[in-house]
Amino acid sequence: MPSDEVTHAEGRPEDIRAVPVRRPGRWVAAAVVLVIAVAIVRSVVTNPHFEWSVVGHYMFDERVLEGLRVTIELTVIAMAIGIVLGLLLAVMRLSPNPLVSGGSWLYIWFFRGTPVLVQLLFWYNIAALYPKIGLGIPFGPAFVHPNANTLITPFTAAILGLGLNEGAYMAEITRAGIISVPEGQADAARSLGMTRLQTMRRIVLPQAMRVIIPPTGNETISMLKTTSLVSVIAVADLLYAVQNIYSTNFKTIPLLIVASIWYIVCTSVLYVGQYYLERYYGRGSSTERQGPLVERVLRGVLSFRRGGEHSRPGAGEHR
Amino acid sequence: MVNAEGVHKRFGRLEVLKGITLQVMPGEVMCLLGPSGSGKSTFLRCINHLEKINSGRLSVDGELVGYRQMGAKLHELREAEVARKRSEIGMVFQNFNLFPHMTAEQNVTCAPMRVKKLPRDDAAARSRELLDRVGLAGKVDTYPSQLSGGQQQRVAIARALAMDPKLMLFDEPTSALDPELVGEVLGVMQQLARDGMTMVVVTHEMGFAREVADSVVFMDAGVVVESGRPADVLNNPREERTRAFLSKVL
Ligand SMILES: Nc1ncnc2c1ncn2[C@@H]1O[C@H](COP(=O)(O)OP(=O)(O)OP(=O)(O)O)[C@@H](O)[C@H]1O
Ligand SMILES: [Mg+2]
Repeated sequence: MPSDEVTHAEGRPEDIRAVPVRRPGRWVAAAVVLVIAVAIVRSVVTNPHFEWSVVGHYMFDERVLEGLRVTIELTVIAMAIGIVLGLLLAVMRLSPNPLVSGGSWLYIWFFRGTPVLVQLLFWYNIAALYPKIGLGIPFGPAFVHPNANTLITPFTAAILGLGLNEGAYMAEITRAGIISVPEGQADAARSLGMTRLQTMRRIVLPQAMRVIIPPTGNETISMLKTTSLVSVIAVADLLYAVQNIYSTNFKTIPLLIVASIWYIVCTSVLYVGQYYLERYYGRGSSTERQGPLVERVLRGVLSFRRGGEHSRPGAGEHR
Repeated sequence: MVNAEGVHKRFGRLEVLKGITLQVMPGEVMCLLGPSGSGKSTFLRCINHLEKINSGRLSVDGELVGYRQMGAKLHELREAEVARKRSEIGMVFQNFNLFPHMTAEQNVTCAPMRVKKLPRDDAAARSRELLDRVGLAGKVDTYPSQLSGGQQQRVAIARALAMDPKLMLFDEPTSALDPELVGEVLGVMQQLARDGMTMVVVTHEMGFAREVADSVVFMDAGVVVESGRPADVLNNPREERTRAFLSKVL
């Protein structure tokens, strides 16, 4: 970072101390931003319609917390399915067998090509399509055939809709990660006698992770918010819970604020988690020697104050 | 050790190897020379079956590469068998191909632990011994990105040696190095040759070919143009193409 290079060692030629170029435009822009921010905060705090006391009252309401739990559960399960499925589809897509890679392509094409809300509704109404879901020999007799309506509860429909859709996106992310690893790595691994599977698991994937994790973090954050769609199929997630409450007491705005606050708390936690994961998988790369998050944020702020080119504090950093 | 008879290799319509015939004896060091694009790397990759040959015969230590002969028919080997055969052949690449997410020691212990199922302690002890042998005893816990090119290539040699190969393939091991780092890698290779390792080395280092190699093979456009003892091929080439090439690199 340029600002770190300003050292004042004795015995070295004196550093240049020039009067920096004046940038009146910056000051004007900063002032405008500041005024707007103050106006917004003032209106938010003083506008009685926000009803902050109601927000405080419902923040830890049992129904809200239960909804939050469902939201988190949905996010975790759907992402887990998405990641595993994505890995499988990515490896299939790179297979030399055209049927296998074609199958993967078809899956991705279909699930990326239709809105996730439509997919959720499909799964929710699957009983109309296949009243009985059988488990048995393909094209042969089925051993058990439970009723689709009892098997596919709203919650399973939500999991299926979100997870299968996510798999298609994660497949593309994972594939991009895998092909970002130089071919020489696989050559070296195979020349040492590793099988294709060992090469993938020990050599290629750990390196692909550096490319896979930032967009996966994005996907997780996006998933957390996408789960709010499941309220349309009567899954009692966070949004559904607050909707239920405000449909009886009509405190719509404060309750939507409650939901928003919880969503933003969760995404913030994810940001921190992503940062540490990135650091773990960045080991061995030359940009690895970075301090903890707080230190880097501080460094970023400091370098901005010094008026330097406030370069992004490090590689792999998100906005 | 290596026996090639009329080895052909095509990439699509491009014929890269047009009938390579040569022998490498156990303990022999053979240097492969030739202009860029003549198929040297491709031939090395065929030897450990990173590339499949299209016709001809190629065997290592008496066994066909990638196939098993039953009667008059050739049967392809299963992946695990190919992998086991490869593990007996070490390969060193022009651009090192060290695993960047592993320390020097982990690079060396990885294959013995995963492929040979060696216990971690044994693999680590052996790795220290090998890193010591290539002069990198102090770099055990260093990641490749913090090593110089010469050091990286020596780790790569140690990594290949960790599988106790009976044959080592070197594909221009010093071409990506700064001139002052070439010596340290060649030194390690020379020591290896003295210890009796069978080696096939693609190189443009004529000094190494002259002093260390037992035989030199000059390839051009997918065929062996000339081969023999280093002194003969390098000092008194019989073929015009060899002479033209040597006058450019010497
Ligand atoms: N995987 C591949 N697919 C298609 N063509 C290839 C492939 N690998 C090599 N070739 C071609 O085969 C020819 C020989 O390549 P090879 O790498 O064996 O040459 P080389 O003698 O090692 O040259 P250099 O000294 O530049 O390394 C080249 O024309 C190259 O373009
Ligand atoms: Mg080459």
